[in-house]
Amino acid sequence: MSSTEQKNSTAVLDHDKVADQAQVYVASFEHKETPVQRFKKFLHHYPVAAPSIVLLLAIFCFSLIVGSRFLSAFNLSLVLQQVTIIGMVGIAQTLIILTAGIDLSVGAIMVLASVVMGRMAIDYGLDPWLALCVGIAVGAVAGFINGSLITRLKLPPFIATLGTWNVFFALNLWYSNSETIRAQDISNTAPLLQWLGNTINVFGAQLTYGSLLMLAMFVVIWYALNWTAWGRHVYATGDDPAAAKLAGIRTDRILLSVYILAGIVCALGAWVLIGRIGSISPQAGYTTNLDSITAVVIGGCSLFGGRGSIFGTLIGALVVGIFRNGLALAGVDVLWQEFTVGILIIVAVGVDQWIRKGTA
Amino acid sequence: MTTNTNQTPILQTKNLVKRYGSVTAIDHADFELYPGEILAIIGDNGAGKSSLIKALSGALMPDEGEILLDGQPVNFSSPMEARALGIETVYQNLAVSPALNIADNLFLGREIRKPGILGSVFRMLDKKAMEQKAKDKMTELGLMTIQNISQAVESLSGGQRQGVAVARSALFGTKVVIMDEPTAALGVKESRRVLNLIKEVRDRGLPIILISHNMPHVFEVADRIHIHRLGKRAAVITPQSHSMSEAVAIMTGALEVNNDPQAA
Repeated sequence: MSSTEQKNSTAVLDHDKVADQAQVYVASFEHKETPVQRFKKFLHHYPVAAPSIVLLLAIFCFSLIVGSRFLSAFNLSLVLQQVTIIGMVGIAQTLIILTAGIDLSVGAIMVLASVVMGRMAIDYGLDPWLALCVGIAVGAVAGFINGSLITRLKLPPFIATLGTWNVFFALNLWYSNSETIRAQDISNTAPLLQWLGNTINVFGAQLTYGSLLMLAMFVVIWYALNWTAWGRHVYATGDDPAAAKLAGIRTDRILLSVYILAGIVCALGAWVLIGRIGSISPQAGYTTNLDSITAVVIGGCSLFGGRGSIFGTLIGALVVGIFRNGLALAGVDVLWQEFTVGILIIVAVGVDQWIRKGTA
Repeated sequence: MTTNTNQTPILQTKNLVKRYGSVTAIDHADFELYPGEILAIIGDNGAGKSSLIKALSGALMPDEGEILLDGQPVNFSSPMEARALGIETVYQNLAVSPALNIADNLFLGREIRKPGILGSVFRMLDKKAMEQKAKDKMTELGLMTIQNISQAVESLSGGQRQGVAVARSALFGTKVVIMDEPTAALGVKESRRVLNLIKEVRDRGLPIILISHNMPHVFEVADRIHIHRLGKRAAVITPQSHSMSEAVAIMTGALEVNNDPQAA
């Protein structure tokens, strides 16, 4: 056996020698970063940076073009009011997009919940607080249905929520008899439902309670995503589900919890919606799903999952709001507002691809 | 490193059987892993090594036979249970989450929460404690040269990512670390680093099961080599007792050996 032993050891030694002589850098390039590369890295590390820059530039440009009419505290708080619904639903959409999913039914869940809240309180005379809770429960059940279709039946999120979007919207028309609940009836019997429409005046800025609730929700969800194990698991599930599973994360449970939470946030959005428009209309919010996706995408969240920040969505929603408001004040036709938002979406996704390509 | 085969095996199987319909993936297989050793498992494709490994890591329930951990019969119904008993697995396909940072990845699924009400009610993560422990473990394994602990894993090379996976197993594995083709996805130099890392983990007292197709790697790091053929153990050899070509011959059935594993 001594000869084979020797053979083996020399083989190993040779292998070692060759490996040790090998250059550490198989392919090394001049490692001088151009300013563009450094900028790219910065954007990659801080996903909120790109939309923030766009927001600041937009505010700067519009204040030059339109002037003080635009930059007044009152006008800016108006923009905040206008983006409150989208911001709220955008929170739900961000959670889902972080898991590499998409939810087309968010708007329908919101409207269905608002109709349920209204009918419970006005037609059935339920205590307004209880009506609110029933509405939130409806949101949770709707989210549970979405989550179950995706985790149990393994439907792609796009298809599952395309289906439930229509189902929830039809249920909402059926349950409301396609009738609007008038603002007067609500303020007479259940003023609590409109409570979020109240405003407080801060240095000329009109802040609604609804906007404050939205900002508070952003902080709560930010905390959950960044400071709890659940949040880390949401990112891991969206980033690489196989690796997350191997690390012992029950990804199906995470997905289900995300869809249920999204449903609850949408139902809270329903409360904000009633406060904002005063009445309850089954026809409201039909494009909220797409608007929320717009805010999330402009906010720098990757549709491939696992990347993005919840505050990006707030900024994304504000960018859309600022552009619409600024263009309107500048006297530009509404169709050009749509045009601009479309361009913003394409640019945002283009920038996301560019950032991911070079540094990942 | 010599293996003391008089000790109780830390992980052992007796007469393990697993059938899929008419196919017998594990056919009355015996297996022993002793404390402080690197045991390589080699075998041709379809020999049933992965089934054996899956049974040991809890990913598969055997039909017959028993698995003993520290001499005690155990029954895993999921990888989670095996892990809870201190059996960690490192996979070939770099099972780390690229967008999360090194510390997050090390503690993924086993996060540490802050003490007191912040942790119990608000579920707040103790990021500082996790970063510190991650740093300590990476330094201990000689991996701290390149990494900033809050760096996203996607900015690391393949070998460094596998380093993170090995560090994770060393951090939580209290009994056994199973490494399934840990160098398969890596280049020459990177493989070398991971092999050194494997020895480092062994020298810290954790026994390792190494599954590999790469004969030079197996012969370099293994203390003993378990050769699997037709669903069971064909032989146990050592790098000193047999040559690589003999190992291949046993693996493919060209050479019959009648050796007692205790004598190896």
